[in-house]
Amino acid sequence: MTAADFAGISNTAIAFASIVYVLAFMSHLAEWASSRGVAVGSPREVQAAGADAPERTASAPASLVPRSARQTRPASAVLPGAPAPTGTDADPVEVDDGTQRDVGAARVRVERFGAIGVALTVSAGFLHAVGVVTRGLGAEPARVPWGNMYEFSVAGTLGVTAFYLFLLRKYQLRWLGPLVTGFNVVVLMLAVLILYEPAGPLVPALDSYWLVIHVVAAIIATGAFTVGGMASLLFLVKERAQARGRTGSGYVARLPELAVLDRVAYRMHAFGFPIWTFAALIAGPIWAEHAWGRYWGWDPKEVWAFITWVAYAAYLHARATAGWKGRSAAIIALVALATLLFNFVGINFFFGASSQHSYAAGLVAAHSGLG
Amino acid sequence: MPPSTPPALTPVELTRWAWRQLTSMRTALVLLLLLALAAVPGSVVPQRDVDALAVGQWQDQHPTLTPIYEALGLFSVYESVWFSAIYILLMVSVVGCFIPRLRIYWRGMRSRPPPAPRHLSRLPEFRTLEVAVPPAEALERARSVLRGKRYRVEVSMVAEDGAQRPSRSTAGSSVAGERGYLREAGNLLFHASLLLVLVGFAWGNLSGYKGGVIVVSGQGFSNSLSQYDDFAPGSLFDPDDLAPFNLDIEDFDVTFLRGGPQAGMPTDFAADVSYRERPDAPLRRHELAVNHPLSVEGGDVYLVGHGYAPRVTVRDGAGDVAYKGPVVFLPQDPSFASFGVIKVPDALPEQLGFEGLFLPTYGFSMETGPVSQFPDALDPVLSMLPYRGDLGLDTGEPQSVYDLDKAELETFPGPSGGDFRLDIALGQTKTLPGGAGTISFDGVDRWVKLQVSRTPGKWLALGGVVLALLGLLGSLFIRPRRAWVRVSSRDGRTLVELAGLDRSPGGDLAEEIDEIESRLQDEPSEGRT
Repeated sequence: MTAADFAGISNTAIAFASIVYVLAFMSHLAEWASSRGVAVGSPREVQAAGADAPERTASAPASLVPRSARQTRPASAVLPGAPAPTGTDADPVEVDDGTQRDVGAARVRVERFGAIGVALTVSAGFLHAVGVVTRGLGAEPARVPWGNMYEFSVAGTLGVTAFYLFLLRKYQLRWLGPLVTGFNVVVLMLAVLILYEPAGPLVPALDSYWLVIHVVAAIIATGAFTVGGMASLLFLVKERAQARGRTGSGYVARLPELAVLDRVAYRMHAFGFPIWTFAALIAGPIWAEHAWGRYWGWDPKEVWAFITWVAYAAYLHARATAGWKGRSAAIIALVALATLLFNFVGINFFFGASSQHSYAAGLVAAHSGLG
Repeated sequence: MPPSTPPALTPVELTRWAWRQLTSMRTALVLLLLLALAAVPGSVVPQRDVDALAVGQWQDQHPTLTPIYEALGLFSVYESVWFSAIYILLMVSVVGCFIPRLRIYWRGMRSRPPPAPRHLSRLPEFRTLEVAVPPAEALERARSVLRGKRYRVEVSMVAEDGAQRPSRSTAGSSVAGERGYLREAGNLLFHASLLLVLVGFAWGNLSGYKGGVIVVSGQGFSNSLSQYDDFAPGSLFDPDDLAPFNLDIEDFDVTFLRGGPQAGMPTDFAADVSYRERPDAPLRRHELAVNHPLSVEGGDVYLVGHGYAPRVTVRDGAGDVAYKGPVVFLPQDPSFASFGVIKVPDALPEQLGFEGLFLPTYGFSMETGPVSQFPDALDPVLSMLPYRGDLGLDTGEPQSVYDLDKAELETFPGPSGGDFRLDIALGQTKTLPGGAGTISFDGVDRWVKLQVSRTPGKWLALGGVVLALLGLLGSLFIRPRRAWVRVSSRDGRTLVELAGLDRSPGGDLAEEIDEIESRLQDEPSEGRT
């Protein structure tokens, strides 16, 4: 096969991946829609809905979800996506016996939609990965598939999917399904419609092994921060709903407890932050020193990478600061995510001409004479 | 993180407590957010240190805002008083937080694990089990299990001679374990390393330099101040520190994509350089390319740009050669249509000047006039507007070589009115009207833009960030934890109580306690009681 064939396969795979993401998204919507009738009311959750929930998160999160509950029955009433309860030990999460059978039937339906959603997401992720790999083979000579904004968007969303699927079982993340698939649909659509560029060789400025190191780290960190940001967003949504006393049914009610949302968000961010530190403050400067002769030049991209770093540092600080836990920390996490996305989109479009990192414009790569 | 012990109320402690409040997490958090906010303008307003040209253009376009922005320091945000104030305050806050915590940590490091609380069942994780072995053996087993899991352990016996005989008291002997001391060490390392990075960064900015120079292929450069086109020294830089190297650009090659959707994109460019680190050092060669700089003693040389320098010969009215050589033209766009100026002060009877474009691959349309169709020099043409008169070089004021002072210059009249223009293809000679002279386009040279810089302290900054990352990993992923095992004897059976406490958020304490529990059980393991 020639490079052009691969490039063609890549475009087709990305298009199909987008369609399958749409189907996965719809199936997750159906999952949540069909769960509307199923009451949630578990003593544990109502108890956890108290105003002090975020504070308790930080002080003793492990105690909120004991291992026995997480392993044998991953909080089934809280998570419609979880396997059916084995019922080996009595647990307050169980709904009372009278409604057990109806709820059981509804649960099967909910479970089926959820499983379909996950299966579709896996398929979409596979197509997506094929699209990324063939994109790299579609350039002549073959290269890493993240040389311009289109490719970075496609690789970045693959990172988000990979993250979500990888941690799906460990943290019971199915409640993130609608957000992850919806996010990927939107970003892939924008990438194909607005950012698309035909496959081609790298501009010389990018032709370095640091492209692999620096950008892979940035993609991983972006994936972690995006998934973490989604958890923080849902934390805020759930917290608000609870503050207004709406905890009955629907998607929000079926989200995990605030403590769990907060903990998932924290783990994602804690994982992403050191990688971002490496990408933005170690690999980036080393490459900049190597290519441009200065390791830190306050280029707009560097400024915003720094702002993102400071914002996530503030998030980690906030979680350890009295009065900033929970809600405020979640808001900071979302602000930080906004700076991250702005750095990716905004800098290339609004500061394109003045940034040495502007790879958005087709022919011209870096600045002035370099391109 | 709050101190683990409440401060005593002596005046000294009270002062320390106040200082601790001043340098609290909350203050640090607000300063962090302020720092992020303060960095924003520097990405919106052009910065003098990043792009002085853009600052000039911006100031021309915004005459009313310029004095305000200037007063606020918005053209050099990262050197401004307010930006410095924020990060210096932050650093003071870090130091203020750091020193007392270092002392606390030092004390904590040397202390023994705290003894078991009276009611172990009140701790977040609590288990009880019965074992078949006597209490002393169970205690020893607990000690070795905790040791094996890298806890620091402390055994406290209730009975003075208790090892052989079980104690009669209800509160039995216990083992206390603590682990994860390195979390706080990582935390402290992280914050100390930030100071290191700042020092390295400041050092580089103060005593380093950065200079740019355009060298035509085939010509040379020696590292002295007078040779630079632009030079930005740090405020502590001494010109005598310039490394005495010199180099020649032997050859420069660039390849552009000929076809495909991205035609015209450069795929490869490299300069063949010969250099001497010192005048008496041996001649060496280096292929200078983007991502492949030349490192010499006391500086690094980078290839940051390239362009065309057409070779021309200008003869004056008398027929004498008034100028001969390459002239640097600056690329204007990706097609490498380049703007340049040829000044011929030696021409007689009048000085001559030329201003216009170099088009590497000539094209023409009625809408656009002459354009460049491709960045490579396939069909090069000089499209110039000639001037005659006084170039203004004798006034003593420095002039840019890319700018023609037209105050005392006039164009030649064209054949059908308007100004006389010249389109000169490679190898052609064109005659100026009125016997003012001729201009020949002899050939095309290329030039490279070199950046020479020295950034002392960069290894310090790098080391600082790497240490900060290590510290960060420690502070995020090492889990400080306490575990207690109490052994008591009741009716001839040995009862073991086990409890754990996580001292950081987000841990899997239950998992760890389960594992300890399973190891405390007899072999083969029995079910839980």
